[in-house]
Amino acid sequence: MSRDTIVLAAYFVSSILFILGVKSMTHPDSARRGMQYAALGMAVAILGTLFLHDIITYKWIVIGLIAGSIIGYPLGMWVPMTAMPERIAISHTFGSLAAALVGIAEYYNAYHLTGATGVGHAEMAALGLEVLFGSLTVTGSFMACGKLQGFISERSVIYPYQNETNIGMFVIAVLMFLFLIIAPGAQVVFYAMTLLAVLLGVLMVLPIGGADMPVLLSLFNAYTGLAAAATGFALNNYVLIITGALDGASGFILSIAMSKAMNRSFTNVLFGAFGSATEGAVARSAEGLAVHPITVEDAALQLAYAREVIIVPGYGMAVAQCQHQVRELTDLIERRGGEVKFAIHPVAGRMPGHMNVLLAEVDIPYARLYGMEDINPEFPQADVALVIGANDVVNPAAKDEPGSPIYGMPILNVEDARSVIVLKRSMNKGFAGIENDLFYRDKTFMLFGDAKDSLGKLISEMKNA
Amino acid sequence: MNTVMWFAELYIALLAGFVGYQMIARVPPLLHTPLMAATNAIDAITVVGAMVLAGRGHGWLATVLGTIAVASAMSNVVGGFLITDRMLAMFRGGSGNGAAKAASNGRGMH
Repeated sequence: MSRDTIVLAAYFVSSILFILGVKSMTHPDSARRGMQYAALGMAVAILGTLFLHDIITYKWIVIGLIAGSIIGYPLGMWVPMTAMPERIAISHTFGSLAAALVGIAEYYNAYHLTGATGVGHAEMAALGLEVLFGSLTVTGSFMACGKLQGFISERSVIYPYQNETNIGMFVIAVLMFLFLIIAPGAQVVFYAMTLLAVLLGVLMVLPIGGADMPVLLSLFNAYTGLAAAATGFALNNYVLIITGALDGASGFILSIAMSKAMNRSFTNVLFGAFGSATEGAVARSAEGLAVHPITVEDAALQLAYAREVIIVPGYGMAVAQCQHQVRELTDLIERRGGEVKFAIHPVAGRMPGHMNVLLAEVDIPYARLYGMEDINPEFPQADVALVIGANDVVNPAAKDEPGSPIYGMPILNVEDARSVIVLKRSMNKGFAGIENDLFYRDKTFMLFGDAKDSLGKLISEMKNA
Repeated sequence: MNTVMWFAELYIALLAGFVGYQMIARVPPLLHTPLMAATNAIDAITVVGAMVLAGRGHGWLATVLGTIAVASAMSNVVGGFLITDRMLAMFRGGSGNGAAKAASNGRGMH
């Protein structure tokens, strides 16, 4: 068996293991084992590659592998679950950086190595896609990470003709790409296109506010996959094509799911026109309306005597890092005979599924986490709906006010519950910047303060009750 | 590069995309965060392309870019699989109070 046959066989085995791994994700009980298979597949691919006869020196490979492992270990083991969105964003940056650099180096070598013959038309198409999506995602995802982590303002930055500029630049980049397919030797155009994509990544993310992060992260998930698949075409490597296609499919599906959950069209998402919900369109002012603050004692009393409580977590739970307190409160309510369910909106938090991970972290069984369609009919039977750091996903304006920027977005019908308790830091508006009518309703009670503090007080109060 | 090979690759991409779509559309929203972490880890297979670049000895620029690419992709391999495993280890179905009741109602998210 020649050395290259070993490599091809290794890639074949890893492809099978990757597909099995992704398939296992369809159920939480099989997922962990399946991903261990996928990790094995990765090891097989990496070890197999070392047999490739093209490789003449291992020094730099080993240095790169060790450096990557040293960077990767803390990113895998030390990052808290609450920081998952920014963690995923930075890994999109790393993944697409690898793809973009490989593409740039391949192109450079095709014109600078002695005896190099340049790039063919089809190969240029692959390299172009790889570098275009790769470079765009490197900066775009880094910006997303910055906004999530807070070293870049999470507010959307909006200036005149923003969408026109962005779409214009995108069109120019695509035209350059098409030109390169016809004339692959135009090296200046190649590097200009790369720079344009890097810049576009930054500009594309500037207008996007916190609430749109789930869509953005899903989109970059898809772009990273597309870049990897294109790398596979450029290098004629089947395992890269397969994994790229899997990753692209996952990002695509999540983007669609997220945009549906926000009632946005997919084209709206694709062209980055999101985040531009007009701030002047606030339909109803809250003037003259008063909220009903509630004391910790009264809130604890309501919860203590409730038979059914539905907890609605939002990004505020992640920010306050209070999932452990949520668990403790759940236990206390149950010890008094109440039933607790969790209502998870698809875009609660900053990335798809984030709330589920935080609740799983504190050992809440997934059978008690309900999706929007399943839980909405339950609210009328609930004695208390406890909203922890969620805002836009429970805003009735999505149903009642055609003028509202979030009109049409499916929401959790917490206002159907007999009583609503909202844990909130202050009366600041949600990330969509809209007034929330829910907070002014007669059966809504506001418990102001940091969610962690409030929950702590509720817990000690309930222990005494 | 011959045309037959290109079409073979297009077929592979098409089929893999179709299989991926069918499988991933059935992943419950419960697991969407681990799914994103998992596809990211698997996607770091670009490390093999980067390894070839770093080890082929085709000029210093390709070696430097290749080594950086190996390191970035490898950080996703190690970090990605570790964090996915950490997350998936946390998901529990049946154990814990009240779980059996909720599950038997058949309204779970899976």
